[in-house]
Amino acid sequence: MIQADFQRTLSPYDSAAAKPSRWYFRLHIDPILVGLLTVVIVYGLVVLRSAVDGNEALYTAQIQRYAVAYVVLIVAAQIPPHFYLRISPLVYVVGMLLLLLVLFFGVSVKGSQRWLEIPWLFRFQPSELMKLAVPMAVAWYLQKRSLPPSLKYTAACLVIMTLPALLIGRQPDLGTSILVFGAGFSVLLLAGLPWRLVLWAGLAISAAAPLIWQFVLEGYQRQRVLTLFDPQSDPLGAGWNIIQSTTAIGSGGLFGKGLFQGSQSYLDFLPEARTDFIVAVMGEELGFVGVAFLLLMYLLIIARGLWLASQAGSTFGRLLAGAFVLTFFVYVFVNVAMVSGILPVVGVPLPLVSYGGTSAITLMAGFGVIMSVRTHKAW
Amino acid sequence: MAPELSIKDQNREVELFVGRATTLFVLVVLMLGLLIYRMLELQLWNHDTYKIRSDDNRIRVQTLAPPRGLIFDRNGRLLADNQNASSLALVIDNMPEPSQSLERIGSLLELTNTQRSEMISRVESNRRPDAPLVVVDSLTEEQVARMAVNRHLLPGTEVVNRLVRHYPYAEIAAHAVGSVRRLSDEDLRRVDPVQYSATEFIGKRGVEAFYEDTLHGQVGYQKAESDALGRLRQTLDVQSPTAGKDLYLHLDIDLQRAGVAALAGRRGAVVALDPRNGGVLAMVSQPAYDPNFFVTGMSEAVFGSLSTSKYVPLFNRATNGQYAPGSTFKPIVGLAGIGLSATTWDTVIEDRGAFQLPGQEREYRDWSWTKENSGGQGMVDLRRAIYRSSNVYFYDLASRIPVQDLVDFAAQFGLGRDMSVDIPAAGSGLLPDPVWKQGAKGLPWFPGDSVNMGIGQGDLLATPLQMAVVAATLANRGRLVQPRMMRGIDAPESGDGESLLPSTQIALEQVSTQDWESMVAALEDVVHRGNQGFRGNGTAWAYIGQDIDYRMAGKSGTAQVVEISQGEEYDEETLSEFDRKHAWFIAFAPVENPTIALAVLVENGGGGSSVAAPVARAVIDAHMQKAESERVAQQEMLVQR
Repeated sequence: MIQADFQRTLSPYDSAAAKPSRWYFRLHIDPILVGLLTVVIVYGLVVLRSAVDGNEALYTAQIQRYAVAYVVLIVAAQIPPHFYLRISPLVYVVGMLLLLLVLFFGVSVKGSQRWLEIPWLFRFQPSELMKLAVPMAVAWYLQKRSLPPSLKYTAACLVIMTLPALLIGRQPDLGTSILVFGAGFSVLLLAGLPWRLVLWAGLAISAAAPLIWQFVLEGYQRQRVLTLFDPQSDPLGAGWNIIQSTTAIGSGGLFGKGLFQGSQSYLDFLPEARTDFIVAVMGEELGFVGVAFLLLMYLLIIARGLWLASQAGSTFGRLLAGAFVLTFFVYVFVNVAMVSGILPVVGVPLPLVSYGGTSAITLMAGFGVIMSVRTHKAW
Repeated sequence: MAPELSIKDQNREVELFVGRATTLFVLVVLMLGLLIYRMLELQLWNHDTYKIRSDDNRIRVQTLAPPRGLIFDRNGRLLADNQNASSLALVIDNMPEPSQSLERIGSLLELTNTQRSEMISRVESNRRPDAPLVVVDSLTEEQVARMAVNRHLLPGTEVVNRLVRHYPYAEIAAHAVGSVRRLSDEDLRRVDPVQYSATEFIGKRGVEAFYEDTLHGQVGYQKAESDALGRLRQTLDVQSPTAGKDLYLHLDIDLQRAGVAALAGRRGAVVALDPRNGGVLAMVSQPAYDPNFFVTGMSEAVFGSLSTSKYVPLFNRATNGQYAPGSTFKPIVGLAGIGLSATTWDTVIEDRGAFQLPGQEREYRDWSWTKENSGGQGMVDLRRAIYRSSNVYFYDLASRIPVQDLVDFAAQFGLGRDMSVDIPAAGSGLLPDPVWKQGAKGLPWFPGDSVNMGIGQGDLLATPLQMAVVAATLANRGRLVQPRMMRGIDAPESGDGESLLPSTQIALEQVSTQDWESMVAALEDVVHRGNQGFRGNGTAWAYIGQDIDYRMAGKSGTAQVVEISQGEEYDEETLSEFDRKHAWFIAFAPVENPTIALAVLVENGGGGSSVAAPVARAVIDAHMQKAESERVAQQEMLVQR
C-alpha cells in the first residue's frame, strides 16, 4: 500500500498532482475535450438542420437533449472515480436484471424486443446501459488484480462480458450485443491482454465463421451481410439503403452540393437520414471535405481521451476511461463504415451527430467519467 | 490485504497502458484512414458515377402530349376541340399494394363496375409502370375533392388535368368528322412510339383518322425533379410539345344539321358536294352515335347497344352503305344512249307498262304497274322518260347498248370505284360487267342483266357518296370531281385542299354541250314540271316542286331490295322492315351555276320522290338561304365601302 502510494507520486504521467491549481481542474473539466466535443456537436447540429427538413419540433427537441447531455457531462465529471468503482458491480447487476426483464416483459419494436416501458412515463433500452456497465464491471474486476491479467482473470472477464452480450443477442440485437462485448473487450486490451491471445481468438472466430453464419445469425442478418456484397440484387428492398447512401455520399464530390441542397435526402431517397444515415447527408451536402473534417475531429477527441485516460490515478480509472474512448471510436467506425457500404447495416448511430437522446446522453456521461478520472486526486 | 495487491506494480501498469493505448491509437488512425480511403473512392474517384445515379434518381423525363389540332367547319365553327378534364392517374411503381389501392379507389370514388373493370384492364395492359397512367377519365368535382382529401392514403395516385377531345355537335357530325379512340397496343405498332409516348387517343374514323398525322403534332418533354415517392417537386426543363395543325373542312354544319333534321330519325344518308371542287358540304349518316363516348368512356349497355343494334349506328351509310341506285341511274343510261348513238332526243317509244325481250316470256315492268292497271307512261321520248321515270324506255334503251359500252360510260361518273380523296375506306360500290359476273357468279351476262341495269337494278351498287358524285358530274355537265373533306390546314383558305389532288376533269366527250343541257332540262322537269295533268308532271313536282323559288334539277329513285315475283305487286305492308324499297334522290342547284349537288338515301324508306326528295329539298333550301344571305351581306359591305 505504502509502496503503491510512493510509486504513484513518482509517476511521470500523474500530472494531476503536478498542476492542481488550474481552475478547470477544480471544476473537473478538460477544456480541450469539451471544446472538441462542442465542435462536433455544433457541426452535427448544422447538418441535422438540413436533415430534419424543416421539422422545427424535432430540431428543438434535439437541442434540448444536448442541453441535458451537457449537464450529464458536468455532473458525471464531478463524481469521483472511486464512486464509480464502488457502484460498478451494482450497476452491472441491475443492468443484468433489467436485461432479464426485457427478455420477459419487453416491448417489441420492429420485431425485436429491446425496450422496457413504464407506461406513460418513459421507455428505454437496458442494453444502452450495458454499454457503460460492462466496461465498468471489467475495469472494477481488474482494478484489484495485477496486470496484465492472467489467463484465469481473463476468463472471468470474458464471462462478465459474455453474459449480457448473450442476453442482448437474444432480443435479437446483434449489433448492440457485439458493441457491448467490444466495450468490455477494449478494457481487456488496454489491460494488457497478450496480443498472441487476441490473435488466436481472432483465428478461432474466423474458423468458426461458417458455423456462426449457419447457427447464430438470423435470416435477416445473413441477408444484410449478403446485401453488402451485392446491393443491386434487391435494389428496392434490402439493397435500397446502401445504394441510396453511397449514391448520396458519392454524388457529393469534393465540396458537396451545398448545405440544404442534398437531393438524396430532400427528396426522401435516403432512408433514416437524420438518424443512422446522417453522415450520408453530410457527405452529399458538404462533400469529402465535410466528412474528412468530422473524422479529424473524432480523431482529436480520441487522442485527447486516451491522453486523459493515461493520466488517471488508478487502474480502474485508466481502463474505464480508455475503454470509453475506444467504444466511442468503434461507434464512429461502425456507423461510417456501414453508411459508406463497407460493413453490413447495423443500427448504430453516429456519435454526437445522429438525431436521438439515449446515445448522446450515454456518450456524454462517458466523457464525464473520463474527465472525472483525470481531474480527481489519485486514490 | 490480498496478496495480489502486494505485487501490483503501478508504474509498470501505467507503462503497459500507455503502450497499449499507443498501439490501439495507431490502429484507430489506420481504421479512420480506411474510412477516408472509402470516402475518396466514393466522392472523388467514382464521383461521376454517383452523380449520374443521383440525378437519375431525382430527374424524371416525362413526355408531354401535344394538343390535338382543332377541326372547323367552313363557317369556322368548331367540330372537334379539346377540353380540360380531370382524370385519375396512377404511377404503378409508387403503389405499395396496387390491387388493394385499386379496390380502395373504386369504393372511394364510387365507381361503377364497368369503370372498375376498365381501370383494372388498363393497369394490366400498362406499358410504363414508372409513368402516370390514366385509369379513370373525367372525374366529377366531388371525386376530385375526395381524391384530394385521401391522397396521403393512396401513394402513387394523382389527379391530372389533361386535354381530351370533345365533339360539340355530338351525333350530328359523328360520321363526317369521325372520332378518336384510346390508343391500343396494335396502334402503337403502327405509329412512331416516340411521338405517341404521351398520347392517349388516336383518330379512328373519318377525318380524325385520315388526318391523324396532321392533327397529332409533336411530342414534348419535361424534365422534372421528383422525390422517392414519385411526387413532382419542381420542373427543371421543358420542351413544349408542338400542337397539331388545325383542319378547316368544306363541311357546313348548318347543312349537316338540316340533313339530320330532314331525315327525322329515319335510317339513311345525305351527302352534299360543292360540284365546283368536290368539297363535302354535308355527310349525314343516320342513325349516328355520340363520338364523345369514345373519349370519356361509355357504359357496357351503351356500347352494347351501339355495337349490336340491328340499325348499326356505327356504320357510315354515307360512304360505305351500298345500295342499288335505282332510277337515279337513268340519266347515265340516257346520256349513254345519246353519246353512243343508241337513241336521239326525238326518238319516241310507247310505254305500256311492261317490256319484254324478243322471244322471252318474262315481263319487265314499269313502276306504275299494278294488277288492275298495266300502267305505263304512254308515248315517251328521253326527256319524258327522265321526268316521268319511265322504266320501259330505259329497259329498251339499255337492251340496245352493248353492255361493255354502257359500263365504260357509267364508270366515267365515278361508279364502281372510290373517288374520294381523303375519306378513309369509302366503299366503291359495284359496276357489274360480263367479266365480273363470270368471276363472281360463274354465269354469263344475260340480256336481262342489261335490262335490269337500265333502271339501276340488278347487281349494280353505289354508295350515297358515289351518287353525290354522279349528281355533281351532272351539275358540272360532265366534269367529274373527287369528293374531299379538307379545305385548308391551319387556315381556311390555305390552298391545302386544292393541292391534295386536283379535281379530275374527265370530259365526257361523247356527249355534246347541247346534249348535257337537254339532260339538265329533263332533270329540271323532274322537280319543276307541274300542272300538266295525268302523267304529265315531273315525279318529284308534287312533293317539292310547287313552292320552290330557285331552279333545281333532280332525279328520284326507288330501289327494290327484294325481287317481287312475276305477277305480284309490291306491298309495303306485307314486307318486313328491311325488305322495303330504298328511297333515293339526287339533285343539284341552282341549275345554271350549281353550288350544291347531293344524294339522299332513305333506307327502306319507300318512294324516292315522296320520301327522299323532300330531304334533298330541305338541305338545298338551307344551302340556298345561306348563299342568299351571304350574297346580301357581301352587297351591303360593298355599299358601305
